[in-house]
Amino acid sequence: MCLAVPAKIIDKKDQMAVVEVNSIQRQVSLMLLPEAGIGDFVLIHAGFAIQAIDEEEANLTNQLLREMNGIA
Amino acid sequence: MEHEKICLAHGSGGKLSQELVEQIILPAFGNPLLNELHDGASVNMAGTNVAFTTDSYVVKPLFFAGGNIGKLAVCGTVNDLAMTGAVPRYLSVGLILEEGFPMDDLRKIVESMRLAAKEANVLIVTGDTKVVNKGAADGIFINTAGIGDIIPGSHISPKCVKSGCDVIISGYIGDHATTIMAGRHELVLPATLQSDCAPLSGLVQQMLKVVPQIAALRDPTRGGVAATLNEIAEQSKTGILLQENAIPVRAEVQGVCEILGFDPLYLANEGKMLVFADAKYTETLLDVMHKHPYGKDACVIGKVTNESIGQVGLQTNIGGIRIVDMPIGGQIPRIC
Amino acid sequence: MGLPKNNNETKEMAQSLIREIDRLITKPVRLMEVCGTHTVAIFRAGIRQLLPPQVDLVSGPGCPVCVTPDEYIDKAIAYASRKDVILTTFGDMLRVPGSTSSLGEVKATGADIRVVYSPLESLTIAAQNPHKKIIFLAVGFETTAPTAAATVLATKKQNLTNLFLLSAHKIVPPALKVLLADPAVKIDGFLLPGHVCAITGERPFDFLPKTYHMPAVVAGFEPLDILRTIYRLAKQIHDDRPAVENEYKWIVKPDGNPAARQILSEVYEPTDAVWRGIGTIPDSGLQMKDQYSAFDAQVVLPMVTKTIAKKTACRCGEVLRGIIKPTACQLFGKDCVPEHPIGACMVSVEGSCAAWYKYGSGRYTYGT
Repeated sequence: MCLAVPAKIIDKKDQMAVVEVNSIQRQVSLMLLPEAGIGDFVLIHAGFAIQAIDEEEANLTNQLLREMNGIA
Repeated sequence: MEHEKICLAHGSGGKLSQELVEQIILPAFGNPLLNELHDGASVNMAGTNVAFTTDSYVVKPLFFAGGNIGKLAVCGTVNDLAMTGAVPRYLSVGLILEEGFPMDDLRKIVESMRLAAKEANVLIVTGDTKVVNKGAADGIFINTAGIGDIIPGSHISPKCVKSGCDVIISGYIGDHATTIMAGRHELVLPATLQSDCAPLSGLVQQMLKVVPQIAALRDPTRGGVAATLNEIAEQSKTGILLQENAIPVRAEVQGVCEILGFDPLYLANEGKMLVFADAKYTETLLDVMHKHPYGKDACVIGKVTNESIGQVGLQTNIGGIRIVDMPIGGQIPRIC
Repeated sequence: MGLPKNNNETKEMAQSLIREIDRLITKPVRLMEVCGTHTVAIFRAGIRQLLPPQVDLVSGPGCPVCVTPDEYIDKAIAYASRKDVILTTFGDMLRVPGSTSSLGEVKATGADIRVVYSPLESLTIAAQNPHKKIIFLAVGFETTAPTAAATVLATKKQNLTNLFLLSAHKIVPPALKVLLADPAVKIDGFLLPGHVCAITGERPFDFLPKTYHMPAVVAGFEPLDILRTIYRLAKQIHDDRPAVENEYKWIVKPDGNPAARQILSEVYEPTDAVWRGIGTIPDSGLQMKDQYSAFDAQVVLPMVTKTIAKKTACRCGEVLRGIIKPTACQLFGKDCVPEHPIGACMVSVEGSCAAWYKYGSGRYTYGT
């Protein structure tokens, strides 16, 4: 029930943003994530940004996996 | 069949299209030639093996990045003939025009058809034009039929596909279907993404010259690679196993699929082909294909086996396995 | 961004995780993925065949299409059949069977039904068709409900008076409580829905370890996300230390998205809801508050439909609760297949039965 994809905000005007996923662009609403700004990575679902993406956490997850691969 | 009315899924190249053919078309017209259900029929006329095919074009929008309905109408039929192992020679064109259709648009479409026919080295030798009342046709519908002569020495048929064959795709999948979707659901596609609509007959002739032992060729149009491979697996009584990490999909196409919830294996292509040939010919075939503009990204995506007959499987990136089923209808955007 | 997707490293990481899961789980356990999108992701990656035999993975009731009762579809069809109505819907709903028909079939006879990717597309359609009533089928869980609420607020702001919502949103935690109270249901751990949690945060699921001593891990949707989640569940089971853990930290914050929840509660309030196959669950649904009733299709255009109870051997209810696998239903794969579905589980792309059928479990024998 949750098809959502990470996207980058490349433009913002009032509560609408233009996001980009692999060069594909679409307008999404920031009504549910009003603090998001240009350059942020956000999760988009049904035409809305629903959560901000923590890049540091994303990298940390990758790192943990690699470490695990090493020990297991 | 439980359907009492035609629905859109009957035209999308998947299970319901199959049902329509099996339950209505074959019982009425069935004969050994039709029953092969290949893209084109191979008939013998006055001692020559002739390939004969037809297709109708109803694409919307009429004009899209990389082509229009006219280019599609010529390339589609040229490709169907090429997939039979024939050199396409002559086409017929039937136009059904809606009252009020702009003359300028017709000029553009016809010009595209002229250019495509020139590239494919075919002559349009006969045709017909009808005009229907406003509302009775969506702008323009085109039917093309084509004939060509089978290349001597070639024997292209799903029946020739056997365990030990490699499955090759001639390039990136999903470009055409994705391009058609531009503007739908407010997606803005980059200018670099275009329909792959192209005549493949030249490439096919080069390939057959070097490897006349090619078992089968088929262009994955409606229903995508998934539908086509399922058809081949069933018609050849083999099993097909794909490698997920070998399937070429452009990042932009992947992006559209992730947003709308589509699977690239089910997206239509108009300038690509699947090639089935014994693995010992793969290197030679790829060599020929890579030198041609319409084959430069060709690669092996799987193999034909004797296991799970009639089914298509996929080995996933993490080493798991799943079936790639025949589609039911066209893909529609989902939130789940 | 995100986890490695397409190389040997991915395969090796998957194998490491599976080895660890095998080492940690020493007796049979049953884990439930709650969310339909997880069901599809698990099948697309071919995860079930990779898991060691002592780990059983069942699908739960997190498929909003599957749990939508016949009555809702019948109402939607009744609205769509009106000449002055344009119905907008997510694609997921198109083939769901109601009492006698489906939206797809009604569309084929000329009803103006339009598939949208976003509920906001309904606003454009409403503005372009001022003489029609636009009715949007607002279904989904906590991930999607805020988008419907925001759509209502946007409609109000734009002074559009011809857009209405037919709401049937549901929320997840009450359904899990009902599952756990059912003696037929035996679960040892939950893969929690990552995007629901992106909105709700982790706290609404605290009751799982606290009241039920139940391991729970918030899961992402890539194959490695899911395997890592199962690994963390295995560790919790092994150490007998149930907790709510988060394996989707780059998306899910402990407090979720408060702005989204605030918009949701501005427009919607909890209500009892009927879950197909389970029954009525108190406070498990959302209904529009009185002050927004001008946007509620059921208030503005009340529609009474006759829902015919179907006699069928369909066992979707048991499948949704994880009591049986789809293959145990006698209709599965025979009378009930995706092109001729009998139960809702077979209709939705991510219904358990459809996913099992489409991705081959019980049918695809390659290498087994």
